[in-house]
Amino acid sequence: MSNSVSLETKDLTIRFGGHVAVDAVSCQFRPGELTAIVGPNGAGKTTYFNLVSGQLRATSGAVFLNGHDVTSLGPAERASRGVGRAFQLTNLFPGLSVAENVRLAVQAAEGVHYDMLRPWRLRGDLVSRAEAILEEVALTGRRNAAAAALSHGDQRKLEVALMIALKPTIFMFDEPTAGMSVDEVPVVLDLIARLKQEASKTILLVEHKMDVVRSLADRIIVLHNGRLMADGEPAEIIASPIVQEAYLGLAKAQPS
Amino acid sequence: MMILSGDPPRGRALVALLAVIVLILAIAPFLFPGAKSLNVAATILVYALLVASYDLLLGYTGIVSFAHVMFYGVGAYGVAIALYGLGPSWGALILGIVAALPVSVALALAIALFSLRVQTIFFAMVTLAVASAFNVLASQLDWLTGGEDGRSFQVPEILRPGFRLISGRAFGVELNGRVLSYYLVFIACAVLFLALLRVVNSPFGRVLQAIRENPFRAEALGYRIVYHRALATCLSAAVATLAGALGAIWQHYVGPDTALNLSIQLDVLVMVVIGGMGSLYGAIVGAALFVVARNYLQGLLGALSAAASGAGLTLAAGLLHPDRWLMWLGLMFILAVYFAPTGIVGRLRGLDKGSG
Repeated sequence: MSNSVSLETKDLTIRFGGHVAVDAVSCQFRPGELTAIVGPNGAGKTTYFNLVSGQLRATSGAVFLNGHDVTSLGPAERASRGVGRAFQLTNLFPGLSVAENVRLAVQAAEGVHYDMLRPWRLRGDLVSRAEAILEEVALTGRRNAAAAALSHGDQRKLEVALMIALKPTIFMFDEPTAGMSVDEVPVVLDLIARLKQEASKTILLVEHKMDVVRSLADRIIVLHNGRLMADGEPAEIIASPIVQEAYLGLAKAQPS
Repeated sequence: MMILSGDPPRGRALVALLAVIVLILAIAPFLFPGAKSLNVAATILVYALLVASYDLLLGYTGIVSFAHVMFYGVGAYGVAIALYGLGPSWGALILGIVAALPVSVALALAIALFSLRVQTIFFAMVTLAVASAFNVLASQLDWLTGGEDGRSFQVPEILRPGFRLISGRAFGVELNGRVLSYYLVFIACAVLFLALLRVVNSPFGRVLQAIRENPFRAEALGYRIVYHRALATCLSAAVATLAGALGAIWQHYVGPDTALNLSIQLDVLVMVVIGGMGSLYGAIVGAALFVVARNYLQGLLGALSAAASGAGLTLAAGLLHPDRWLMWLGLMFILAVYFAPTGIVGRLRGLDKGSG
């Protein structure tokens, strides 16, 4: 325990009717650590993310950000406290331009919410930061296109760009490379690798591709039927029988 | 371009159309000295402002409200009650406006906080109920509002038709209180329109568009969407209130049928859709087209009908009878929505893009 805990869930549980989607998950995350969350489809990974970033409210249990209980806060409050989220199903402002999508995220990060007296263009600082982020995710060439008009891969990149623009301390990637073509994947993986080098970032990554997990993760946790099944070093987790059976067996059956 | 907040109309055809409309409105008292045509021009101005404030809600924020004309009514009644009760002074006029604004904003805030947390359809239903209740209330409170008959009142002296600014004429037109009233309305509408343009192009205005596009994502970025929606509702209500005050100053009369009726709300909806949602310029185009059609379609149909019956075409004469003007207006609306779903503004902008 070299670092203090940045994110913690305690007995986090959500029930939908009789179905327990996330079942008493207690886990701690630290800055400078990239944790991969793996598990078969329906294991509760995205639901766990939704509980952490506030889109869903827990049935019981608690979420702590830097030691503060945020269980009762909504998604907007958690975002402004540093929780950034890239969604699994692309979730953008479809009718607005690519540049405007990112600029809105930059604007949120800078806390410019209610300024209504001057044209947005006069906030050149917001515009230029948005441009820099577009450069980082290799979307500058598409800056004037509507987000809805982008290819799937570019939409995924824009999704990640929105999260980076928020300058969060907790990064939550939900299958960032899903559905991307082979040549698009490295842009996103390089980005995650670069973020990882900044010691202050806590990164959570839901990912199905085991080669990606192996190359990036410092730690793996395994969810199965909503329960935390295993938690440890990548090599040890991947080798453990429980994972072989519960997850890798299934993953091998899927085309990758 | 800063006067337009960096958001010019875009598209040559649209710029030309807007320039013509604004120019005609700017010199209307000299171009059309008649009482009716000046009334049409002033009505266009007031409606353009009312529609623009509605567009802030509907087109930019994606909120459907049926109570927008109610806020117009609050402004109109504020001015009417103050001038009727306290006599035709500027103090009374200003008091009426200053009293109406907080009433509108408080009503808007109450409706917004009560219902904007849930689905927008629920908000629409609540606004419909509140607007109907308000309409009934205004009709019942005879002692205050004049009931169904409404209130006729005097405006300050220099705005009355009898007042002469100079003894002679300018460009062949008497500079009387009517002309001064017109320019008061013109300038106020222009300033408020530019203020709305500023708001929609501000960082706040861009968040409103983000909320319209994807409220879920806007919230995930950290925007408190309930506050933004509530603020947009209050702002648009305040501008509608001012539009109502201007309408009352122009008409010297306020009644349920001119300031609160739900049919006016539908007219506003039609104007914003015909003009083009989500571009304030659509409000000017929509209001101009709609008000002109409503005032002159009947006369045009009368002439066409007479011509048709003169030529022995009884069926055509019947179809073109002046009493059918609403049907033709409806038909125009359907055609407009069918052929220009993005409104005239969207259509004209697209035209320019197509031709390079």
